[in-house]
Amino acid sequence: MSTLEIKGLHVAVVTEEGSKEILRGVDLTINSGEVHAIMGPNGSGKSTLAYSIAGHPKYSITSGSVTLDGVDVLAMTVDERAKAGLFLAMQYPVEVPGVSVSNFLRTAVTAIRGEAPKIRTWVGEVKEAMSALSMDPAFSERSVNEGFSGGEKKRHEILQMELLKPKIAILDETDSGLDVDALRIVSEGVNRVKKNQDLGIMLITHYTRILRYIQPDFVHVFAGGRIVEEGGPELANKLEENGYAEYITA
Amino acid sequence: MSLAATSNYLTPTGREEPWRFTPLNRLAGLHDPAFTLHDRISLEPADIPAGVSITIEDAAAFAPLSKSEDQVVQRVREGVSKVLLVEIKDNAEIAEPIVLSRKILDMVPEISRVQVNAGLHSHATVVISNSGEGVFAEDIEFNLAPGSNLRFVTLQEWAGRAVHVARHHAIIAKDATFTSYVITVGGYLVRILPTVEYTGPGASADLYGLYFATDGQHLEHRVHVEHGVPGAKSRVNYKGALNGELARTVWIGDVFIRAAAQGTDTYELNRNLLLSHGARADSVPNLEIETGDIVGAGHASTTGRFDDEQLFYLMSRGIPSEEARRLVIRGFFAEIVSKLDLPEIEERIMSRIDRELAAVRS
Repeated sequence: MSTLEIKGLHVAVVTEEGSKEILRGVDLTINSGEVHAIMGPNGSGKSTLAYSIAGHPKYSITSGSVTLDGVDVLAMTVDERAKAGLFLAMQYPVEVPGVSVSNFLRTAVTAIRGEAPKIRTWVGEVKEAMSALSMDPAFSERSVNEGFSGGEKKRHEILQMELLKPKIAILDETDSGLDVDALRIVSEGVNRVKKNQDLGIMLITHYTRILRYIQPDFVHVFAGGRIVEEGGPELANKLEENGYAEYITA
Repeated sequence: MSLAATSNYLTPTGREEPWRFTPLNRLAGLHDPAFTLHDRISLEPADIPAGVSITIEDAAAFAPLSKSEDQVVQRVREGVSKVLLVEIKDNAEIAEPIVLSRKILDMVPEISRVQVNAGLHSHATVVISNSGEGVFAEDIEFNLAPGSNLRFVTLQEWAGRAVHVARHHAIIAKDATFTSYVITVGGYLVRILPTVEYTGPGASADLYGLYFATDGQHLEHRVHVEHGVPGAKSRVNYKGALNGELARTVWIGDVFIRAAAQGTDTYELNRNLLLSHGARADSVPNLEIETGDIVGAGHASTTGRFDDEQLFYLMSRGIPSEEARRLVIRGFFAEIVSKLDLPEIEERIMSRIDRELAAVRS
């Protein structure tokens, strides 16, 4: 049982025009096995929340805390956060030319587990995880994210999640750019990992579409850099009908 | 002006276009007639496969096959009495690389000439590996007979204050293919001129390069492809990384398509990765086209900083920053290195780069 606890989180981004506050006091607790949907209009700070927790250097934490099972996440380097059990599935996964998927996965798993996986079991493990996501085995010889379609990038993110076995995963607009088939495959993957590994999930999305596949336990409406309303799955239905207009006060 | 012009050897001053990037004070006299150069063939062949002969011949009997305006090359040609001759017999199919190694351990200015003749329809790979610390100038010529296929790999794994100036010139006949890999990962001053000319249609050259410069090193590669006959092809792809405040690289890519060279197909590419502030990469592609009747001609050059988003992505998967940097840099060079098909050399080069990256940052 793990708990990610975010308390009073304020985050600013430093640009050429100076420092701009984006998150204005976020409070959120995610336990193992729970799915929390974070829904909100574009520009509300949803991705900032995701990247701040993962430790992207662009964002500076001005106040508040993030802990995983009571341990200060904000004091950790980016790789330490991953080793502690956090995973961020990115909206725009980065291309790393010349580094094969298989080399990347093995390096990451070795770093997370603290020892290199046994070759024989590892090959089978990757094969099985790839086939569950309907990925062609030839995929593992390609360079990381280079020339991947939108769907391939997202499947590759979920593949990593499956192999790295995090405690808490943040899925940042994993549904964007996916057609119906890809959305189903990716969602099934998320549900499988959740079930098998008792994963806690922060599911960031703009649309309710993915919630038909991944059932949320909690829905949080995000606007203006904070959570403005919370509820159960029924809140998503309300958003589906009314949109975000009532939350945008500018 | 007039005084100097009457001499047939002009000492470069650094103002000439071909010398403007080169720090002449590092040449240790290689360019300066006031310094004596020593005629010495220090290349040692490993096993010589069947179908190949390696001999030392009188320079007079094996005159240069090409002209060179480079002053250091001219000094080499005037100064050597012997030539190392590599002959690959007609139709020879040689799977194992022909390896020649040189390790210089003194700073006595040394010059040498090498001629490689690839026989009709022969297939071979020649590796010339340079290491140690010395002052050295060489003139290598490759003469490719029709239908031959020659791969040339040269490694500059110099240490410390090594100075190395070289010209690698390939003369490529009809339907012959020349592929070169110029790999430079060390040296105080390295200046290499990989040059190519064609004598018949269907001739092709793939020129690859990899360089990695650390603090205080000047690594310069000046490619010149001379399309003087119809129907020849060239591809140039050089990739470099620089790490250290005074790391310096120069890449020049001169491609000339003369009026007679209809049907030419050429593309050249240079990419540089700056890993630290203060490093400087000069990249000058230069394409001159005298006929419109060609298949294609293009060039691209990019010089960029290390991508922090790549670093973040890898680290967010638990990979520590040092290892993430190493992966990205290995990945950057993989395009060149993976083509070598010589795993031992590949690993040696990449682990040297790894070590130097670690040394600079610790």
